[in-house]
Formats: sequence, structure tokens, C-alpha cells
Amino acid sequence: MKPPPFEYYAPTTVEEALVHLSEHGYDAKALAGGQSLIPTMNFRLAQPSVLVDLNNVSELFYIRPDENGGLRLGAMTRHFQVERSSLVSERTPLIYEAMPKIATPQIRSRGTFGGSIAHADPSAELGAISIALGGRFRLRNQTGERWVPANEFFIGMFTTLLEPDELLVEASFPNMPPRTGWALQEVARRPNDFALVGVAAVVTLDKKNQCQKARIVFLSVGDGPVEAHRAAETLTGQTLTPEIIHAAAETAATADIDPGSDIHASAEYRRHLAGVLTRRALDLAFERAKGRG
Amino acid sequence: MTKKYIGKRIKRSEDPRLLTGEALFVDDVEIPGMLHAAFLRSDYAHAYLKSIDVSAAQAREGVVAVFTAETMGDDWQPGPPLVSPPPTVEDVIFHSRTQVPLVKDKVRHVGEPIAIVIAESRYIAEDAVDDIVVDLEPLDVVVDIEKAMQPDAPLVHDDLDSNLAAHIEQEKGDYAAIREEADLIIKRRIVIDRGAAVAMENRGIVAQWDAKSQRLTVWDTTQAPIAIRNGLAARLDLSEHQVRVIAPFIGGAFGPKMMMFYPEEMLIPWVSIKLDRPIKWIEDRYENFYATTQERGQVHEAEMALTLDGRILGVSDVFLHDSGAYDPYGLTLPLNTQCHMMGPYDIANYYSESKVVFTNKTIVTPVRGAGRPQGIFIVERLLDLAAKELGIDPVEIRKRNLIPPDAFPYEHKIIDQAFAPLIFDSGNYKPVLEKAADMIGYDRFVKDEQPRLRAEGRHVGIGIVPFIETTGVGPYEGARVTVEASGKINVATGVGTQGQGHFTSFAQIVADQLGVDVRDVHLVTGDTAEFHWGTGTFASRGSVVAANAINASAKLVREKILALASKVLEAPEDELELADGVIRVADVPRISISLGELAMLANPLRGAVEPGTEPGLEATAYFGPQYGAIAFGTHAMIVEVDPQTMMIEIKRYVAVEDCGTVINPLIVDGQIHGGVSLGIGNSYYEKLVFDENGQLLNASLMDYLIPTAAEVPRIEIGHEETRSPLNPLGSKGVGEAGAIPVPALFAQAMENALPEYDLEILEAPLSPNRLFELLREKEREL
Repeated sequence: MKPPPFEYYAPTTVEEALVHLSEHGYDAKALAGGQSLIPTMNFRLAQPSVLVDLNNVSELFYIRPDENGGLRLGAMTRHFQVERSSLVSERTPLIYEAMPKIATPQIRSRGTFGGSIAHADPSAELGAISIALGGRFRLRNQTGERWVPANEFFIGMFTTLLEPDELLVEASFPNMPPRTGWALQEVARRPNDFALVGVAAVVTLDKKNQCQKARIVFLSVGDGPVEAHRAAETLTGQTLTPEIIHAAAETAATADIDPGSDIHASAEYRRHLAGVLTRRALDLAFERAKGRG
Repeated sequence: MTKKYIGKRIKRSEDPRLLTGEALFVDDVEIPGMLHAAFLRSDYAHAYLKSIDVSAAQAREGVVAVFTAETMGDDWQPGPPLVSPPPTVEDVIFHSRTQVPLVKDKVRHVGEPIAIVIAESRYIAEDAVDDIVVDLEPLDVVVDIEKAMQPDAPLVHDDLDSNLAAHIEQEKGDYAAIREEADLIIKRRIVIDRGAAVAMENRGIVAQWDAKSQRLTVWDTTQAPIAIRNGLAARLDLSEHQVRVIAPFIGGAFGPKMMMFYPEEMLIPWVSIKLDRPIKWIEDRYENFYATTQERGQVHEAEMALTLDGRILGVSDVFLHDSGAYDPYGLTLPLNTQCHMMGPYDIANYYSESKVVFTNKTIVTPVRGAGRPQGIFIVERLLDLAAKELGIDPVEIRKRNLIPPDAFPYEHKIIDQAFAPLIFDSGNYKPVLEKAADMIGYDRFVKDEQPRLRAEGRHVGIGIVPFIETTGVGPYEGARVTVEASGKINVATGVGTQGQGHFTSFAQIVADQLGVDVRDVHLVTGDTAEFHWGTGTFASRGSVVAANAINASAKLVREKILALASKVLEAPEDELELADGVIRVADVPRISISLGELAMLANPLRGAVEPGTEPGLEATAYFGPQYGAIAFGTHAMIVEVDPQTMMIEIKRYVAVEDCGTVINPLIVDGQIHGGVSLGIGNSYYEKLVFDENGQLLNASLMDYLIPTAAEVPRIEIGHEETRSPLNPLGSKGVGEAGAIPVPALFAQAMENALPEYDLEILEAPLSPNRLFELLREKEREL
């Protein structure tokens, strides 16, 4: 379990990092916290010939408020920093609540927010949550930058819109409107394992306590985060009674997702869990939304 | 002997070194000029080796040598069997097929080594492994043990008629006859799956051949350094004196580090001599999942015959046992299973038939528990089903069947893993069962708490399982105890140590015998240059066999001390006392001499000594038990399950252990914690999943789930002490006990948690996915 030889660069600025990425293209990999890339290299499943280490790029480490009440996270911000941030807990409580569910404290001490997003593991919490919160990602290359909404960023298993010469530099989350509730529910074999199924729900109510908008996003049931559009539609304009929530959960589990089987869970078990967890997530999100009037 | 230390909960003296990173492990051995090894291992489970081209690997910069079976020449030989084959008993079939250093003609499991690369670094060695071109012709694969026994199954060993490795029948009483008289027969098919030991430290070997002194030194993560030394000497055509094997600190073993000889264990020393260079090989986690032995896979067709009042009339069982690709460990595992299938119960009629089966999977040898958890799982599952059928409380039906205290020694009239009659030396089972029931509050839970929880819609169940463990088997161990001129004591024993706390528990025994501070007793284990008689650390035998050998030698030294002190102090021996490192006349304490001074007098530099005098205050002694001591215990558990998600939480865990004389309760507690942790893994988390091609689908710690501190509950421990009459200390082993009852206990508690489903759990482990399937089946039935 030793990687084959590779070239190693340790730039100190984004500019410098982009020069290396541009020069080496598909042969290069950006190294963030290394919690997925390094094991993959040790297994020789990934054999990049160039590593561009971002750990000395200090401009990528930050958590900042934005003027509209939202939040901006530098791509190299480590999970444990997010986990302990009062700003994150105030402005994006869903992210705050998700952090302890991400792997182990050891991994969270090295792993980074941007690294997890860019790696695009279908079991990752942060991708699903970013979509549920309506987040956006800022991608830069040598010629400029572009913003990509989270729900367009993920295009397949470990695959995103990132071009080989591009770097994910920032994640941005909008202000959470009043009367909005959130929840993340997941089932994992052990608390720190990848979830067998997870679901993030964000619900905004109108003044009559009817659902104005709902977003339900799954992890671990497809090639990437899977948004349950059909289920969310059934909630819009409705009063969230247990019956309505139950029906929406059924829709999510049967019509919105097509989970696969692996050694830990069959497709049928995953579908079942999706229903149970959606129900629990919507219940909690609804309760919280009512409490934030 | 005054018992100042034995039985005391004192902290382990080795822990500061271990915790601060100062202890020597094999990978810490660094020698100038050392080279590193990596193996080309088969990606196929079953294939003919057609050709192999190592030229590109050899040409890579930094590569020193590449060896294959062909280039090993006459030095290529199959490994010796570890355990002697069974004596020729009528009706026992045993086909011995042992592992090979490198594949010559046919691959028999994924991960079997085909070539070894020696290079200047492990990185280069692994790069060179990728350079090797190997042509393998895949064959049909034998994975499932039941399919392996079908007539048209592919053969793991072409020279045999079938995949049957061994067949052994055992009978006590007359089951067929008693079956006719039974009120109730419970008959089920029960499956136990394969798991891994997952020691924190993988295997590792460093070998250094010194051509000038013609000596070979080997640092090896082995449980049995002496056997390795003797075997290496024989294989490498050296005298035993030329080979020194050191088993330094080892990060856990749990059985698989006992299997000698692993291919790597033979090859690394061989290459060191061949190249005249020190060689290091450290197994990585990925290799460990394929190349280190595993255990547990069995399929049983079991039945139990009972009376209406729940008395067990007999047990009958036919099982298949997965041996993997070879069977170097003989019949130990199936025999252990057979010896535990009657548990702690008084069962007069028993029939057991075991078929050991070759498959295209990693070799099977004991893993902590070693065949015992399977036996206990069978008898306990059958008993639970019978209790349900008969409407008898699970604790009550067990009480009715326990072997009574006046029945010991209790002869089972079958043979054990040492091919000796199975005799339970001593025991008092009922108080231990009652203590566990009391500690967990069994009656209160069943009467008050559970109905209340059920009314709240919660699914909380209780289980309670008594069990036995055969421990402390022979043949023997030895030790040498020396009083040094400093007054400190040096103890050398042949067993290796892998975390058991030997440095502390063995020192406690010596300190009590010699009246010294326990901190003044220094222990050396696992170095054949220090002590070279013995067998090893396995089968829960350290605190029985090695401990009693140490006790015996310390006792001899005590006699020498008293004899010499009597002359020096001019007082009869029976008026002397040993305490605080000083020998004094009991009634006249100012007449005394320190142990150190006495040791110097025992080793004079000038003058004449009496003929026949041995120098020094030193003695060597051995201990071999007549037969194994039977430890026992009862575990109890309260578990909550969410039938919506299939997730569980163990709310309470109680373990009551009786391992005879307890030398150090803290260490016994630690053994139980570790054992229970593995048991929880075997119950719910840990399963090696092979596909139909013999490929392991979860060969990493991301997918092979061992319980962590977050999954293992606080374990409440109770101790009882029924001394074994088989050794002077009265001790029994406890190393494997913790793991043994857990799968049976978990199944019982889970069924109890989900009464509305009327579940039958006939498998271990039970994953959440399988629980989901079982509940779905039941829902369809309802």
C-alpha cells in the first residue's frame, strides 16, 4: 500500500496552484485534506503523476459572513473548523448539525469542506446539504472564475463540472429565510461510517404554516446527491399533516430514487430507509420551521 | 507464600512504554543495509500458473532480487503442518495439505503469494511487483462450503477425490435411542459466517543473517517464537543454536499469528541468507485481509431432544467446517466446536459429525474463540427455541440443565483438541448464572421495565447465556527465575506476549513467592536466546501453563534462598522470612541479609565451594497440566432495536467470569473487554463477504466493520473463583472467554426485543440488512 512515484508541488497562492493545474491537466490532482485521495493512491486505484498540495494556500482557509446574511467558506476550511464555528451554527445550522456525522474526529481534523465537495462521493453529506441549502460554488482557473449552483455541480460518481485546470475555491450559502426548518437524518452501520442512506430536508413555511418551499436531497442512493423533486412538489402549498408527510416520504422512496445494492444494504432496504428517514426529516424540519416564525 | 500481589488489581507495568511509543515492535527494527520485500499475490482465487516473467521487475532501478517457486529450486517445499495430524483413530479421515512458500503450479486463494521482490525500499518493491507479468488460467472456484461438497464441485486439491479435508464423528451415549423417547425435538439449520481477527498490528518479519558468526536473527510477530526457531533451523539446515527468534511487543495476535509457517515467515529468513542482507517485510492492511488466517465459517444441521419439563436428553449435529485452501491447523477447530456444543449442560447423549472442507479462500486457523463460539451458538439457539416452545423462562430452562457442582470432574467421553478425553475439571455454574441475572436485574426487567417500554412502543430485549471455555492445554511451558546481584529478579519464559499483560501478572506471582516488590521483577518473553523451551501463547493458556511454570521456578529459587540464608544467618529455614527484598530471622529482625547480598554470596569470585553446589540463586522449572482447565461464565445483555431502521443499541452488558484463581482482576477485565468487543463484531458487524469468484468484497477497514469504542458498551464485570485442581495456582484461562457467548446472547436478546415478529435468528452475524429481510419475511407471513 505505497503509491507509485509522483511529482509534488506545494504552492502558496491560488494563482500558483492554477499554473500547475493548467500545465499538467488530467495528470494532476489537487491535494486538500487527503482523506480520500491518499488512501486511493495507496491502494494504487488512483495514480496521479502530479500532486498540487493546497495546504499552504492560506487564502483558501476562511469562514466569512456575507452581507446578505449568508455564509462563505474557503475551500480549504477544515471540517473541525466548520464544526466549531458559531457563525456556521447561526447562519447554516444544517451544516453545523451535519459536521459530527462526517467520518471521525481524526478525519475531520484534516479533511476540508472544499475537498469533500470536489471529491463528489455519493455518500458525502456536504454535497446533499449544499443542494438543500441552495448553495453555490466558485470555480477558478487561470483565465477567470465562474459560479455554479450546487444542484448543477455534481454530474456523476466522483464526477463534477470541475475542469482539470479549475479549482473549487469557495462555497457560498444564502441567508436562510424566516420560518425555515431543516433536518439531516441518516442511518450508518457505525456512527462514523458512510451512511447507508441519508436525507437532508429544508422546509420554508408561509404565514399560514403552509409549505411554501421544500427541498429534500438524498445521499448514498445514487451516483451523487439525489434531489427528490416529486416528493417536494407534493408538499408545496400544503399544511404538513402527518398524512401529507407520510405520502411525500413514500413518493420520495418510490418515485424519486433508484438506489443500488452493495454488501451493506440491498436496494430494497435502502428504499425502505429512505422512506423512514424522509418522514423523520420532514417531521423535524416542519417542527423547526414553525418555531422560527 | 504470602499473597501480597496475586489477586490485586495493579496497573500494568508495560503500559507506560507502550503508551509513550517506547516499546519495540517488529517495524521498529532498523538495520544498516536492510532491504524491503513485497509480494506479487494472486488476483484469482483458483487458477493454474502458466508462466511468469520477472525480467522487467528485475531490471527496475533499486530492485535487488526477485524469486519465484521455480527460482527457489530445491529450497521450495510446502510448509510443515502446525499441529500434529490426528493419531490414527478409526473412522477419522484427515488429508493434510499445507501452504506453500510461493505458488508453483496452482493458485488456491486470492492473495496467495506468487513472487517476492526485494528492493531498496518498499515503494520500489511495490512498483516492481506491478512490473511482473504473470499468466494465470482461471479455474472454476469453490467458495460455498455446501457447494464444495457436491459431487461435481471443482477440486481445490487435484489429487483428492473431493474437497473433503477431514471427517470426524464423536458419540456419547445413544442419541438415536433417546430421540425416540423425547417429548420435543428442535431441529434447525444454523449458519455461522467467516470473520477476521484484525489485530491492530499486522504481521511483520525482519531477518538478519550474519555470515561472520553464521547466525540468523529473526524478529517476528509470532505467538510461538520457539516453534518458529526450531522450524526455521530444520528448514534452513542450521542448528537450532544458530537461529534466534525474537517476538518483541506485538500489537495483538488473536490466533492468526500462531499459524506457522506462513509463506512469508519461511521466505524472509531464507532470502536474508541467500542475499546476505537484512530483509524487512511488514504486512499491510490490504495483504492482511487475504494473507492472514481467518475463521468461523460453519453450516450446522443441529437438533436437540428434550422432555416436557425442559430437560435436555440429547444433542445431535452434523456440520461443515470451512478450512480454506489448506489445513495446517489440523482438527483443532472442529474439535473445539464439538467440545462446546453441550455448553455447561449435563447432556447424556450426544452425536456430532464434522466434515472439514477445502475452499478457494484464505486459510482458516483459530481466531480468539477458536471454534468455541460456534458450539455455544448451536446449543444456546436450540435451547432458546425449546424454551419458547415449552413456555419455560430462558433462565429457568438453563438452570434445570446445568452440570451440578458435585458432578466434577465431569467426563464427557469425547475427545478434545489435544485428542485427549474431554473432562471438565471443576465448576460451579449456577451461582455465576444467578449473579449475572442479578447484576442485570433480570426479574425486574422482565416483570416491570420491559412491559413499560413495550407500552411506549420501544423494542428492548434481554438475553442471558452461560458458557464454558476449554483453556490451558498442554503440553508444557517453562521459565527461569534468577536473583541478580542488585536484588532484582529476572524471569525468562518462552511464550510470546501480544498485549496480555504478562509483564505484570507473571511478575505478581514471582514477587509473592520471593517477597520482593513487584516492580523489582523484570520479565523477558518471546526471545529464544533467553529461553528456548516451550510452545507458545495460544488457547487461553498463558495464565495457566506459563504462569504455573513461573510459579514452580520461583518456588525453587525460594528454596535456594532459604537454604543459603539459613547457613549465612545461622538460623533454621523455618525461622526465616522473606519480605521487602530481605531475608530475616522472624523473631530477631536485625539478623538479616538482603537478597542482592545473598545472590553475591551464591556466586563467589574466590575460594572453594562444596562439591555439587550450583552457583547463583537461579532455577528453571516446567509445568505441564494433566489436561485443560475449564473456565466458565455467564453474560447478559439488554439491547434496543429500532425495527424501522434495524439499528441497535446495547444498553447494558454484564459479564460474570470464573477463571479460577485471578492473578490480576484488572487484566482479566481487559481480556473480557477485548473478547466481548470481538463478540459484538461477530454478532452484528463483522463478516467477510466473498463473491462467487472467491473475491473478498470488503478488504478494508472502511467496509469490514470492527466495533469501535462507540459501539462497545460499558461492560459490567463480576468475578467468581472456582480454583482448578489441575495446577498449583488454581488458575484457568480467560483470553478467549469474552468472545464466546456473545453471538448466542445477541440472538436471544434480539428475539426478545421483537416479540411481535416471532423471529428465529439462526445465523451469526446478523447484519441490519439481514434483519430487514427477516422482518420483511415475517411481515409477509403475518
